[in-house]
This record gives sequence, C-alpha cells and structure tokens, in this order.
Amino acid sequence: MVFSKKSIHFIIATLVAILPLFGNANTNDTLPVKHEAIAVAEAGKTEVKELSEKDKEAEERKEFIQHHLLDSHDFHLFSYQDDAKVEHHVGFPLPVILWDGGLRVFSSSAFHHGEKAAESNGSFYRLHHEKIYKVNSAEEELTLNEEHHPTNAKPFDLSITKNVFMMLIVSLLIFLLFRSLAKSYAKNGGVAAGAGRFFEPIVLYIRDEIAIPNIGEKHYKKYMSHLLTVFFFIWFLNIFGLTPLGINVTGNIAITACLAIVTYIITTLTANKNYWGHIFWMPGVPVPMKIILAPIELLGTIIKPFSLMIRLYANIVAGHIVLMSLIGLMFLFKSWLGSSLSFGLSFAISLIEILVALLQAYIFTMLSALYFGSAVEEHHHEEAHH
Amino acid sequence: MEIPKIVGAGLVVIGAGIGIGRIGGSAMDAIARQPEATGKIQTAMLIAAALIEGIGFAALFAV
Repeated sequence: MVFSKKSIHFIIATLVAILPLFGNANTNDTLPVKHEAIAVAEAGKTEVKELSEKDKEAEERKEFIQHHLLDSHDFHLFSYQDDAKVEHHVGFPLPVILWDGGLRVFSSSAFHHGEKAAESNGSFYRLHHEKIYKVNSAEEELTLNEEHHPTNAKPFDLSITKNVFMMLIVSLLIFLLFRSLAKSYAKNGGVAAGAGRFFEPIVLYIRDEIAIPNIGEKHYKKYMSHLLTVFFFIWFLNIFGLTPLGINVTGNIAITACLAIVTYIITTLTANKNYWGHIFWMPGVPVPMKIILAPIELLGTIIKPFSLMIRLYANIVAGHIVLMSLIGLMFLFKSWLGSSLSFGLSFAISLIEILVALLQAYIFTMLSALYFGSAVEEHHHEEAHH
Repeated sequence: MEIPKIVGAGLVVIGAGIGIGRIGGSAMDAIARQPEATGKIQTAMLIAAALIEGIGFAALFAV
C-alpha cells in the first residue's frame, strides 16, 4: 500500500474524512429519551403505540434533515439536554436585518430559537421555519392556513444568515490566501512557497486544461479571474459543507442561481457577432430551418446557466440527504450490527462526497469556460462550406 | 396523478443511469486503446456525464 510509509498521513486523512459524520450526527438528544418511553409503555398497548412512536421518530429525523438543509438565522452548532431535561442550544446569534417601512436591525437571539417574538421599534416578528413573519403583538401566534403556511405579512429580509456568514468567511479566506500567495511570489523570486505549492498546480491546471483549450489562447485571459474565483469559491464552500459546522451553502438554490447568473451575464456581454449569428440566423441550414432554430437556440442560452444551477444544487443537496439518511439509519437499527454497517456506509459516502465537492467545482468551471468559449469563438465556417 | 409522475421520473433516472454507464464504459474502452489520451478522454467523459446528470436531476425535481 502506498500509505504504509506515511501512516500518520493516512490516519489524518481518515480523520478528516470522518469529520462530516460528527457534524451531521448532531441529532436531537430527545431520540434516546423517546426510546426509553417506548420501553416503559405497557405491554398490551405496545404494538400500536410503538408504531406511532416510530412514525414520530421518523418524522423527527426527516425534520432534522430538512432543518440541516435550510438556511438559518443563527449559527447553531449542537443542542443537548441536561439532567433536568432542559434543552440547551450551543452556537451564536447572527444579525437580522429587515426592511419593513424602514431599516430594522437586531440580533437573532431575540427570537429565542423561534420560541418568542422579537421586538424592534414597536414591531413584532416571529420565526417560522427560518422565515420571518410580522405579528401585531408579542403574544400573538402566527395564523396558519390548511397547508400549515403562515398567512402573516413577510418583511423584506436582508439578514446576515448562516449561509451569508459562511460566504463572507470563505470570501475573506480566499482573498487573504491568494493575496499572500501573490505576495510570496515577489518575495521568493517567482517560486511558490508554503501553501502556494499546493494551489499553484491547481491554478495552472485551470489555465492550461480548462481555460486555454475551451476559450482559446487569444481570449482566455479576461475570463481567468472569474473561472478561478468560481472554482475556489465553490470548492471551499463544498468542503466547508462537509465539516462539523453543518452548513449547506452550495446546496442553496439561490446561491447556485446567482453563480449561474454571473456566468450568463459574462457570456452574454462578451459574446461576439458570430455567437449571436449562430443563435438568430444559424449559418449553413435552409431558411425555414433557421426560423425554427432561432427560438430554440435563444432558449438554449437560458437553459445552459439553468442546468449549471440545478446541477450544483442537486448534487450537493443529494449528497447531504444521502449522508444524513445513512447516519439516521444508525438510530433506526439500534443494534451494533446495523449501526456499524451504516457507519461504514456513511464513511464510504463521505469519501465520495469529498470527491464530488471537487468534481462539481471542476464541472461548473469547465462548463462556464465552455460557454465563454462559444461566446468568443472566431468565425471559421466559411472554409468548411467551400 | 401522483403515480405517473413518479414512474416517469424513475424512467428518466433509469435512462440517465444507462447513459452515464455507457459513457463510462466507452471511456474505459477508449483509455484501454489509447492510454496516452487518458486526460482528454476523462475531460470529455466528465462533461458528457454532467450534461446527462442535469437532465436526471431536472426530472427528480419536477416530481
């Protein structure tokens, strides 16, 4: 085995790979309590009761996974119950910024994890499934319709949520990291040092294997900044999503949509005559066909960034759901065999997820480069026709 | 109305699976024939697989 000489490295790599398991396994501590409650229940009624309790547990697990996938207004690390069965939440609040006839800024700790209404300048707000609704007084509950959606008014929410917070952190990290790398080149006479030895080959790979073959020698330079930023931003966020922090930024469709829209805007603004010619008046096909192709091609320009958005979002969300469901199996089996099996399975899946984290960043960058390439492609059809 | 939707999504996923499988298999064949072109084949394979995967996910989200 290759790792045999570097056993320490292997152990560290394994620990890093296991990390997401700890992070995602922050399940409610109420689960074991529920289990005891089932055992205590009378023998006669157990069969009926156990089923409903099991359903309840399944429901709880589902809710937990959904909660993990959602954005939130506070940075929640884990919860536990003390001996007196009082629930404690560990984490820190984030600022809530609302536009509701004026700017309102307060800490999300005012919500008390959704249990109380927050007050700001005489207005009261309540949290329901991580969305903020307006209520008239501190005591008033939200009015729910048949589908359990609140009918209360929603203020315009500009809060620094967990996802925004994490994006700011990653942006800062990337900025500091690559700034210091750029400076280290000047210091060492053009040779990478430290972390640069790791990142330089990746940057070169994006330039030589993604940008130049897809965009071309002539135009690639002006797209490099976007490609590198998008690659590292998505990659770092994907990796952070696998850590015990339990964040799910790239699995939020709004964020992938913004990334895709940026790609779309750059493609559209930098496109040359040839690109628009291929969309509205496809060369080399009969005229009736040109008319049929124009709307299809026009739609295609929107479908391309749309598929970028869906691909990244769906891959990350699917990965998180699979991982958390496998961890949920441990609580479902409640036996050493099933639990250790699902541990092994979730370990294998987390290894795959580390690969997917890199692969999705690569694919997003690659396809962006492909679209940029099609936008600046030079006219070379004339020779082919003669 | 719910069952045809689910069955349809399942069919699309089966189709996408077969498609990605065929891409992977063909890429293996190509690499076996021309090991020196591994890098280029892998890139093309990943792009094609990603495009099909997008359709699969779109079907899943349409359910």
